[in-house]
Amino acid sequence: MAVKTKLGSLAHYEKGGVDVIDDDPKHYVFSNVFEVAAKSKPYEKVCVGKNIKNVLEAIRAEGTSPWYTASHDEAALIMDGAVEIRLVKLDQPAAREDQEGTTMLEGQPKGKKMGRIVARRGHMALLPKGSAYQFHADKPGVILFQTLLGPLTIERWGEICQR
Amino acid sequence: MANPNQVNEQGYRSFKLGDFTFKRDEYFAHVSWPGGTHTLSVDNFLRAMMRDVAWGFFYGTVNFDTVFGTTNHYGTVDVFVGLHNEAYWKNNKHFVQTFDSKETLKAFRDILEDWVNEGFDPFAAPEETGIAFGPKRGSNRAALERVRVTAKRMVGAKDDTGLRSEADGFTVNRQFADYRPEKLEVYPEKGFEDEVHAFDFFDYLTRSDVTWNPSIISAVKNNLICATTEEYQLPVIHGNDRVEWFLQLCDQIDWLVYDGQTGKPRARVTAKAGDICAMPADIQHQGISPKRSMLLVWENGDSALPELYASGKLKPYPVEF
Repeated sequence: MAVKTKLGSLAHYEKGGVDVIDDDPKHYVFSNVFEVAAKSKPYEKVCVGKNIKNVLEAIRAEGTSPWYTASHDEAALIMDGAVEIRLVKLDQPAAREDQEGTTMLEGQPKGKKMGRIVARRGHMALLPKGSAYQFHADKPGVILFQTLLGPLTIERWGEICQR
Repeated sequence: MANPNQVNEQGYRSFKLGDFTFKRDEYFAHVSWPGGTHTLSVDNFLRAMMRDVAWGFFYGTVNFDTVFGTTNHYGTVDVFVGLHNEAYWKNNKHFVQTFDSKETLKAFRDILEDWVNEGFDPFAAPEETGIAFGPKRGSNRAALERVRVTAKRMVGAKDDTGLRSEADGFTVNRQFADYRPEKLEVYPEKGFEDEVHAFDFFDYLTRSDVTWNPSIISAVKNNLICATTEEYQLPVIHGNDRVEWFLQLCDQIDWLVYDGQTGKPRARVTAKAGDICAMPADIQHQGISPKRSMLLVWENGDSALPELYASGKLKPYPVEF
């Protein structure tokens, strides 16, 4: 029998849900990253997972993002589409060592070009500490972003989660 | 270990850990303690014990079924009967002993080495392995000695855990035969070859030869993205000692959720591709995956968390809204 692996995308996703027996569905903080990205503005970093100060963000990749950096590694998993990631090694760190999460840079980063990655569905890219990075997507895509809670993290649980 | 050289008529040795005695026959594992005996189907017992050993007792409680299991205290481990089963503890029928983790790991490894027969792989999906039942025949040391992948930074990065390839024997699993990887392009500038890194995470997962065995793929401090492929059912009922999150990457898993203390049902969570949900810190859960699926398990590796949740300083769910 032929197998069929079911993946999701911005254009087509099916959603499950929480069927409570003796609990509150809100405790499961249930959402769908494609639905969240479908309703987001480009490069909004919408929190879909939070564990104290650790976060997973759903990002709608569309057009060209600002430049970002962080005082620690971050990681991007492409869930849909094709996303170019441009990397620059900063001459001087732009985020304080004690600043957690993603920091947005003003204008262009100062430093040496490190290279670029074109990542598509299922690919994971490392965004190394001390680098600046920028995303570009010709068509809308979805990034699942691994980082720490920061000033750019948007929490709107009441809008995205099952109640 | 009791009577290390004695075997029963089916060819299996018996084992002792503190006041617990472990015996098996052709179909069942029998766990005895001063107050009674509990019996589990031996295939599931071995699948559960394999994970308990491979995970170093994991985060929190590994229930082999609704009665027997272990709780990790990260250095010591509780081996218990009925501790998370209301009928047992309400009637004072539960039993717990605490052991050094290394001593317990050794005892469990000894059991696995003797009780796992040739051809049976406790990590494999039922369709992909021989059977656990019957009299003793050989062993399967290779399956038992798999090392859990724990990336320090990211799979495939410099000096980190490696990728999976056809050449290394990691073939695409039969249930992902239709999956077509997309083209990954990495263009480092000269001098940055070791720093510009990406890998095909989904392709890596399609080549997993085990089920229900989350390994660390990417680490940002204590923020740990783990991943695993799932088929049939999680052979343990995992009792959380912290909040854990699941992101379904493809296909579907249904999570059967029970109360952490009583074992009573609390919810059923259906997760399809792109769905993300939390498992609160006060529940037990077991997943079922009719087709092999890819699951991202998201953990917080902060060792202070179990105490903060157990003492009530943190609420068992991660977000209020």
